[in-house]
Amino acid sequence: MNLKQSENDPHNKAILTSGNYASAEGAIAAGCLLFAGYPITPSSEIAAYMSRRLPEVNGTFIQMEDELASVACCLGASYAGTKSMTATSGPGLSLMAENIGLGVMLEAPVVIVTIMRGGPSTGQPTNASQSDVYQARYASHGDYQIIVLAPSTVQEMYDLTIRAFNLAERYRTPVIVASDGILGQMMEPVYYHSNFEKVERKKPQVPPEKYKPFEVFDDDLVPGMAVAGTDYYFYVSGLTHDIEGNPDMTPEGAETLIKRLCDKITRARPEINDWEEKYIDDSDTVVLSYGINARGVPEAIEQARQQGHKMGYVRLKSLWPFPDELMEKLGRQGVSKVIVSEMNYGMLIREVQRFQHLFEVSGITIPTTIPFSPKFIYKKMIKEV
Amino acid sequence: MIPSDNLSTPEEALNHPLKDWLNLNRFIFCPGCLIGTVITSITTCLKERGYTSKDYAIVSGIGCTGRASGCFKAPAFHTTHGRAIPFATGLKLANPELEVIVLSGDGDLFAIGGNHFIHAARRNIEITVICVNNNVYGMTGGQVAPTTHVGDITSTTPYGNMEPPFNLISLAAASGATYVARWPGYDTLRLQKSILKSLDNEGFNFIEVLAPCFIQYGTKNRLGDAVEMLEWMKKQIKIETDCPPHMATLDFKKGVIICGEFVEDKREGFTKRMEQIREKAKSKKIKK
Repeated sequence: MNLKQSENDPHNKAILTSGNYASAEGAIAAGCLLFAGYPITPSSEIAAYMSRRLPEVNGTFIQMEDELASVACCLGASYAGTKSMTATSGPGLSLMAENIGLGVMLEAPVVIVTIMRGGPSTGQPTNASQSDVYQARYASHGDYQIIVLAPSTVQEMYDLTIRAFNLAERYRTPVIVASDGILGQMMEPVYYHSNFEKVERKKPQVPPEKYKPFEVFDDDLVPGMAVAGTDYYFYVSGLTHDIEGNPDMTPEGAETLIKRLCDKITRARPEINDWEEKYIDDSDTVVLSYGINARGVPEAIEQARQQGHKMGYVRLKSLWPFPDELMEKLGRQGVSKVIVSEMNYGMLIREVQRFQHLFEVSGITIPTTIPFSPKFIYKKMIKEV
Repeated sequence: MIPSDNLSTPEEALNHPLKDWLNLNRFIFCPGCLIGTVITSITTCLKERGYTSKDYAIVSGIGCTGRASGCFKAPAFHTTHGRAIPFATGLKLANPELEVIVLSGDGDLFAIGGNHFIHAARRNIEITVICVNNNVYGMTGGQVAPTTHVGDITSTTPYGNMEPPFNLISLAAASGATYVARWPGYDTLRLQKSILKSLDNEGFNFIEVLAPCFIQYGTKNRLGDAVEMLEWMKKQIKIETDCPPHMATLDFKKGVIICGEFVEDKREGFTKRMEQIREKAKSKKIKK
């Protein structure tokens, strides 16, 4: 085949690589210039790849002393105007919890890739899992909202890492990419395209002498962000604060801040939430899945439809904020049953159960390490119908 | 902590010689506490070097001194407990031109944040860590700290502290800090000289400032009020030149507190080495 003739065909530009490498390359494509991390299986290849690639593009790689330091370092870099990322897995994400909360409070854009493995505790370091769905959402204490994306292919490891940076910059928040041990390690063809928009954070909208770090001028509730090393001076604190950054211990202060921090994410749900769907229009039963475990579902659905079952599927590409509007849509379209398929003992199913007034909810929720095969899903589905 | 009255009238605040560096609205420290002199010492040095808000950043953790970052007209960060140093590391890595100062307490830097301190010193990241050591957790109600002396009474050692304290000078030197000094908080001239040296030294700098807490520490150990405690400390201070770090005694029982500069070393800083790594990576000298 003449390669030159077909160079516009994306498939010919694809390379074979692993999910972890694709995620790292996606970060660099999105403009990430600092990676601070700590080794943990099965995410370590991201750090290793970054240690080689970042210096080539004038970036900085640093291996920190632990995961707490890794996120703190990323937050610091973010406040010096650099897009930054860290990567980890279950126990590491637990350690990152407090500074994820700080990131939410300081409204610092930062990306955290978590390659889910079995837990609790050390669990199964070399195996995959989907059991950090709640940890990704609720890791830190306090009342907050966060964005969590769920890639399903190595290509999506690249694409959704880019998207994570864009969302982090757009909404000034930590964004978590929740992948898993299989997706991180397995190899697939990936096309490292550059046909995407690079989002940069909102700049301060007033001159330095009038700048208040948390003053909001727009409907999106996102304040303009000043960074260190400019003429802007500002005080940002993990304490509940007013728009000037001053600690505010009044009940009204807490209400105002928490509402804005949560609302800026939930209001943006239509922009953030993303999913793939098929046969929803004429299905009685819909299988809802995400991540690596969603890959067996389409084949099972096709098989069921051949047998005359009215079935469809949705695959979530973003887990949090939970796509309530998708559930309402399923209800409107007359879906009578939703089967949630996930590699844990029932996590996201509880969110779907909030919509039991619209449809019946059941689950294939097994805390296993191997994604469900099409045959297995098919058997389970048919039993449920 | 007792919230202080507003010490300055608006006119006085407007005429304050450090008004472009200080934010007096967030000054919340007990009258008599030396955190204030540390803040003014730092700002005096920043003024002397002609640094404005674009040239530096202040990072603090949690606790009494944790609140000090709010007193600067600078990019100032009040981070989580113990994590000021890694946050500052991120700032410095992303912008090596920035003068990054960590200002925090002994509990924050050496108990919960101890791991970050030793590693930052080891990798010689070019930041200045100023530890206001009051031998106790002040803000949380006077609990035992890793700097509390044996036998001292705190709210969590009612029968006397049974653990020996860290010697911060010895710890910093052993971890690889390239500039290490200790001064009593009232000795602002020597402290300022040390801060200026730290601003000029491209390596990891550590300054321990002794600032006794008369509210939480003095009361429980019957050491008197703020002035009496300073007098008590002053009698024990011994300034030494060329004292090796491991000999930098700080012992209230023996009545010996050795102050001075203990390490002045030149070692290539982390961001300089990072620059070399980038050159190496770009020249593709390494096998891929």
